[in-house]
Amino acid sequence: MTPDMTPPDMTRDLDGRSLPHESARLHVMGAAHYTDDIPEIQGTLYAAMGVSSQAHAVIEAMNLEAVKSFPGVVAVLTAQDIAGENNHGSILHDDPILAKDLVQFIGQPIFAVIATSTDSARKAARLGDIKYQNLPPVLSPHDAHAQKSYVVPPMRLRRGDVAEKLAAAPHKLSGTFSVGGQEQFYLEGQISYALPRENQSLHVYCSTQHPTEMQMLIAHMLGWPQHRVTVEVRRMGGGFGGKETQSAQFACIAALAAHHTGRPVKLRLDRDDDMMITGKRHCFYYDYSVGFDETGLIQALKLEMILRAGYSADLSGPVATRAICHVDNAYYLSDVDLAAFCAKTNTQSNTAFRGFGGPQGAMAIEYIIDDIARHLGIDPLDVRHRNFYGKNAGAKNAGQGRDTTPYGQTVTDNIIHDLVERLQQSSDYRRRRVLINDYNKNSKFLRKGIALTPCKFGISFNVVHLNQAGALVHVYGDGTVLVNHGGTEMGQGLHTKICQIVAAELGITPDRVRVTATVTDKVPNTSATAASTGADLNGKAAQDAAAQIRGRLLPVAAAMLGCAESEVVFANNRVQGGGKSIGFNDLVAKAYMARVQLWSDGFYATPGLHWDAASMTGKPFFYFCYGAAVSEVTVDTLTGEWRLDRVDILHDVGRSLNPAIDRGQIEGAFIQGLGWLTTEQLVWNDKGRLMTHAPSTYKIPASHDCPPVFNVALYEADNAADTIGRSKAVGEPPILLSFSVFFAIRDALAGLAAGKGSSPPLNAPASCEEIFRVANGFKAV
Amino acid sequence: MAKKLIHVTVNGQSHEVAVEPRLLLIHFLREQLNLTGAHIGCETSHCGACTVDLDGQSVKSCTHLAVQCDGSSITTVEGLAQNGVLHAVQEGFYQEHGLQCGFCTPGMLVRAQRLLQENPNPTEDEIRQGMSGNLCRCTGYQNIVKAVQYAAKKLSQAAAAAA
Repeated sequence: MTPDMTPPDMTRDLDGRSLPHESARLHVMGAAHYTDDIPEIQGTLYAAMGVSSQAHAVIEAMNLEAVKSFPGVVAVLTAQDIAGENNHGSILHDDPILAKDLVQFIGQPIFAVIATSTDSARKAARLGDIKYQNLPPVLSPHDAHAQKSYVVPPMRLRRGDVAEKLAAAPHKLSGTFSVGGQEQFYLEGQISYALPRENQSLHVYCSTQHPTEMQMLIAHMLGWPQHRVTVEVRRMGGGFGGKETQSAQFACIAALAAHHTGRPVKLRLDRDDDMMITGKRHCFYYDYSVGFDETGLIQALKLEMILRAGYSADLSGPVATRAICHVDNAYYLSDVDLAAFCAKTNTQSNTAFRGFGGPQGAMAIEYIIDDIARHLGIDPLDVRHRNFYGKNAGAKNAGQGRDTTPYGQTVTDNIIHDLVERLQQSSDYRRRRVLINDYNKNSKFLRKGIALTPCKFGISFNVVHLNQAGALVHVYGDGTVLVNHGGTEMGQGLHTKICQIVAAELGITPDRVRVTATVTDKVPNTSATAASTGADLNGKAAQDAAAQIRGRLLPVAAAMLGCAESEVVFANNRVQGGGKSIGFNDLVAKAYMARVQLWSDGFYATPGLHWDAASMTGKPFFYFCYGAAVSEVTVDTLTGEWRLDRVDILHDVGRSLNPAIDRGQIEGAFIQGLGWLTTEQLVWNDKGRLMTHAPSTYKIPASHDCPPVFNVALYEADNAADTIGRSKAVGEPPILLSFSVFFAIRDALAGLAAGKGSSPPLNAPASCEEIFRVANGFKAV
Repeated sequence: MAKKLIHVTVNGQSHEVAVEPRLLLIHFLREQLNLTGAHIGCETSHCGACTVDLDGQSVKSCTHLAVQCDGSSITTVEGLAQNGVLHAVQEGFYQEHGLQCGFCTPGMLVRAQRLLQENPNPTEDEIRQGMSGNLCRCTGYQNIVKAVQYAAKKLSQAAAAAA
């Protein structure tokens, strides 16, 4: 069925157009295939997991007879069935695919059931008879910290002399606060579908952000060379970091089961199992001392951050690193002592989630600045202004002023002053601040609050070698183009942008370009689609491939047109020069006959990056993204209920490749951050069982939770760095914009009218219960 | 378990099928009729990715039994387009960028077309309330609301032209 659609306007410039998502037509027809929609091969079996009921225990005995004899069960697999390495940990090898002797959290997979139906497998998986010898669990990050129990060594970044500066500072504050974790809640849960192929190989369809790592871990598990495993993903139903490493356990189990049974095996997790088994965003606990002057200028900051890492390392080390690298947010901090502790707890192993520790790091300084402002009795926005990175920062006077981050990178692209000034004007912040203060003076129970918070976010993987990408571009004889690259599509519009980039490079319309599934047998050794770098890295690689083909077509075109190569123009599916014009298709046909290679690989490695993990210094980021948001709320102090009245956002995406996609990313990230900081609460009971393991008890924002006034604008400016089309990454940075909601709630609870020294002890998530607690002066539980 | 014969009309096509009484509607649609547009998101009726239209009502097909649908008429996302022409809600979601990962989209579309029959000229607030049983983790809902508004406008113009 090919519905009669108005084709996108093809006459405009190809760059920066708001093309619909490349699969939009398939999505609206229900014809876009996710892993669970792929037509199944005859004989497909289905898997489910038997999991630990104890948070920390030795497995003394395991009787799986009832599981094996359950109708429909074909096989039951345990750690004994793994010939190679029983690990799905990406950095440290401390994540068993199936627990062998020791379980370390409630929900940890111990065995896998393979059956003729999902229903049989799931029912049988509940019948395992496991004898545990319980060990004392560590359930709170503070307890782990007290025992010095960490999944990776503590890290610390120091600059200047904090002790001396703190002692000498005219004002000093200390405090503690916390932010909660967050479930990714990708709408499509974890799923893998593994197919045995000839000559001892496997093809695995997997909803993953990291096909190469899935391939490696499956190969290691089976004791195979990597080239016998192929992993493919056309699209995910959302990832948000939750399918960067956490897809591996299920990819491995599906692959193991396919290998053992010789039949295709699908493992699709039930939502509750998904939430019980997989890691989430790390919750953070902060303890700080800050010294500052009477204007709020920070002179020294000492900060300790304790993260809930869960039972294993996973990505907690890199998450903590990114947190430390974002404590500065948009502010110059001369003298710092920043420490992060990845506390080992008997809970799910926490992992990547959009922002990857960056939001938790930046949240710290925003909270501290809010405290400073309330201590001094001045508008927090003025304290923010006072501490911004130097206005005149730039390549010319690099290192001269307040422009060097705590980790030693010079900020050369700072636009935060202008951006915040514009947003302050367009949102009418100052006038609304006055009106809100007046309102609060005359309102007994309802209180209003407003906050403007900025964001600066570093782009690139902190680990230098990950900043590489590859692509393949094929031009077929009829002039149509196929692109394949190492990035994965999770809804962020990466494939759409790649399509636009290749089309622009070849001077053809995007409808002639098709992006195919990410698969490890086309572009190998890829990095995860993560750290917001998907379009930056893969876009450059795809452009490189297309440019090489164009370069080969150029002499053919010049000969056909009878002009110099420098006169040839590729545009609108035609090639022009010397007053003549030929079709792109005709050029391709001619080039094929002339035995010109019409396909190419492309490669990109981000230049100039370096990082020393021991000293935590270097240049980890290619550039920074900036943004700011203003939120206004009304809080009912009698009930803790509240309303988000208005949001204004101005965000920097460089020269946008696709403004509609970029706006969508900003809006989506903001609402996701709103959930993180207000309604989404993870609760473990005193046995370590996650009690919020389904959408019945874990509340992500719905359509009626969004503000009635939601103004989103793009800050129009080219990226100073040489990125693809001078665009900027957009996936993660706007999560930070949601800080404005949290601090508006805190503002409502404090009210500047209340005078100096009123800093409400509000923690995130600012749930109705938390707001009620703070509004009524109750202690935290 | 003894199977039960049911008669259902799905997207205008009549089916007579023997099903186990415990079979859920979502599995009937996806596995027996190969209609994979409706998705399995949470399996507990909270997320709405499996929403279909059952005799003029939006239902979560993950918590509905196939046998309950005996004699019923069902519309799934695959049945929205007519003769190759997209339904106004499909066009709205396409034109207004009302999707990112797309996993929630089929449920959103089926719900939106029913909402616009229940209330052809909804306010923004009515759209937000009317769509609140369908979760989206990607978009922040702004463009979903615009997509429904687009469809409402298009449908009311068509109705006016026909009148």
